[in-house]
Amino acid sequence: MQTPENKKTKKVVSKLMFIVIAMFGFGFAMVPLYDVFCDITGLNGKTATEAAQVNQAGIDITREVKVQFISHAAKDMPWQFRPEVAEIMVRPGETKIVKFYAKNESSVQMVGQSVPSVAPGRAASYFKKIECFCFEQQTLEGQEEVLMPLQFYIDPELPADVMTLTLSYTLYDVTTKIESYAAAL
Amino acid sequence: MTTATDVIHDHHDHIPTGIKRWLFTTNHKDIGTLYLWFAFIMFLTGGSMAMVIRAELFQPGLQFINPDFFNQMTTVHGLIMVFGAVMPAFTGLANWMIPLMIGAPDMALPRLNNWSFWILPFAFSILLMSFFLGGAPNFGWTFYAPLSTTYSNGSTAFFVFAVHIMGISSIMGAINVIVTIMNMRAPGMTYMKMPLFVWTFFITAYLLIAVMPVLAGLVTMLLTDTYFGTSFFSASGGGDPVLFQHIFWFFGHPEVYIMILPAFGIVSTTIPAFSRKKLFGYSSMVYATSSIAFLSFIVWAHHMFTTGMPLVGELFFMYCTMLIAVPTGVKVFNWMATMWRGSISFEVPMMFSIAFVILFTIGGFSGLMLAMAPVDFQYHDTYFVVAHFHYVLVTGSLFSIFAAAYYWLPKWTGHMFNETLAKTHFWCSLVSVNLLFFPMHFLGLAGMPRRIPDYALQFADFNMWVSIGGFAFGLSQFIFLAVVIKCIRGGEKAPDKPWDGAEGLEWTVPSPAPYHTFSTPPKID
Repeated sequence: MQTPENKKTKKVVSKLMFIVIAMFGFGFAMVPLYDVFCDITGLNGKTATEAAQVNQAGIDITREVKVQFISHAAKDMPWQFRPEVAEIMVRPGETKIVKFYAKNESSVQMVGQSVPSVAPGRAASYFKKIECFCFEQQTLEGQEEVLMPLQFYIDPELPADVMTLTLSYTLYDVTTKIESYAAAL
Repeated sequence: MTTATDVIHDHHDHIPTGIKRWLFTTNHKDIGTLYLWFAFIMFLTGGSMAMVIRAELFQPGLQFINPDFFNQMTTVHGLIMVFGAVMPAFTGLANWMIPLMIGAPDMALPRLNNWSFWILPFAFSILLMSFFLGGAPNFGWTFYAPLSTTYSNGSTAFFVFAVHIMGISSIMGAINVIVTIMNMRAPGMTYMKMPLFVWTFFITAYLLIAVMPVLAGLVTMLLTDTYFGTSFFSASGGGDPVLFQHIFWFFGHPEVYIMILPAFGIVSTTIPAFSRKKLFGYSSMVYATSSIAFLSFIVWAHHMFTTGMPLVGELFFMYCTMLIAVPTGVKVFNWMATMWRGSISFEVPMMFSIAFVILFTIGGFSGLMLAMAPVDFQYHDTYFVVAHFHYVLVTGSLFSIFAAAYYWLPKWTGHMFNETLAKTHFWCSLVSVNLLFFPMHFLGLAGMPRRIPDYALQFADFNMWVSIGGFAFGLSQFIFLAVVIKCIRGGEKAPDKPWDGAEGLEWTVPSPAPYHTFSTPPKID
């Protein structure tokens, strides 16, 4: 029985259901939107995941900024992981190399992946990494140790009020993720 | 009186008795009653958890429970009060009163209505079951990742499915409210002639439809992050835990208005009734409610000032948040202007409504303090925040629900309630609730963090007062239960319109409201 009342009800219900489904989708759309937004604004301190070109812009000799290094291994990651130096002074544009020490304290082969983050977030896009161990994974045998290089420069365009940049690495265990990926292939 | 009894005879339908009446009912009054009782049971359940929390915090040091169980208590207390007590109580009021107020025979989708209620007990059974299956959620009602993913005690799946069911129930309830209001108003009742109570539920239902699906999406991401190896919120796989907070508060801030807009509708009904005046500034009330609803979507990050947002972001969210004080101020002004030179009488619903206006405004002011980004760094995650949201949710939403219950109890039961007992309930609640929540402001300003089972010695005295207030407030609610049960069982017979200043179609039907009302739509002029 299709009364005009029923028809009106169905129309409104289907419109409302459309809003519900659209908003469910919007929740998921916020994931890529957030990434794009952060890329533009540097909001979450993520640095580029690809190597930067060697600096062409010259060196800003008028100022020095302090670059601090922090590292920690994630929960359940039995590796030692620390920078060789805690902080250095660099002139913007100047290329520097620092090394990070890692040791697999377990007795089995493991794969680690470091994820960088820069504070303050708005300086992240000025932190240029020419070479970084975070671009790839590290496979270490049990008890094996390694020195991992990071080659970087600070873009001379860095806003003048940023005096200190902190680069933080978190080291994650990705052994099982790699294995399951390989198994899927 | 005569019209309504005729209506019953017209129908000749068979009302099942016993449990079947309640299980299979599609009657809006039955479902409203079910929602209200469910909300009250959940209120006592969540309240007893608050008692455990306050017992533990009575003195510094660990007395009764371990920190992990304390975290479960705070988490489940929050979830139950938000999703199990306040929201179902409002849905219950909507079910009971909206058809009566707009002159409709029932809700537009009665079977959906039955279902949206009856899945709720399952949702909360799943949530409460987790206590016996390895521990309940212990990551806070805001379930921030990675607390709810990497560091979860295994309760995440229970939590996620419970929230899914609650969300489906809310969405169905909201669809029902909107369709009813849009299609079933009595002839002549234009939108701007609807009671403000109906308006606030209409706007709230839209908020629910807009944000509950976002919550559903969020808990789904949480589920796959925890159990299926995705990395929405895990930095190791390229995700970001701060993203969690953005999505959560995009839902969470409209959610807090879902819990307060209906309260505005209730006091906008009771205050004119007991001031014997029309509501001052009806249309400005409608516009203020709509603008609060709109603004709720662009202020979410004021919950996240300390996550390292850029300055521009902090300023944007700070100004938008403070802007909300304008429409809210319009409302408070209108309530006061309604009372101004009215011939006020202080029946129990009016007492709760006046307490609402004053105490909700205190909660609003502390909200304004929290909205200021620079000082929020000091207040963030302290008892000041706890004081703020309990003032708006307990003395705000909950007091308005009490006002509504006392206002319409004669219509629901056909009896007047015991005035002395009800006044005792009011005064006990009023004194104890302030003893309970006011010192929390001082604790917060002095730096006591929230969600901790133990605290530094200098906070001891205030915490003892707070706990005493808490126990007194908890016990006072049994007076309310007694009033309601006495009122259902008997009492002075209520006339069709027990409050002489009350207006609205619900007072044109007999008390108690017959099972079927307005089968023939009333005429509105």
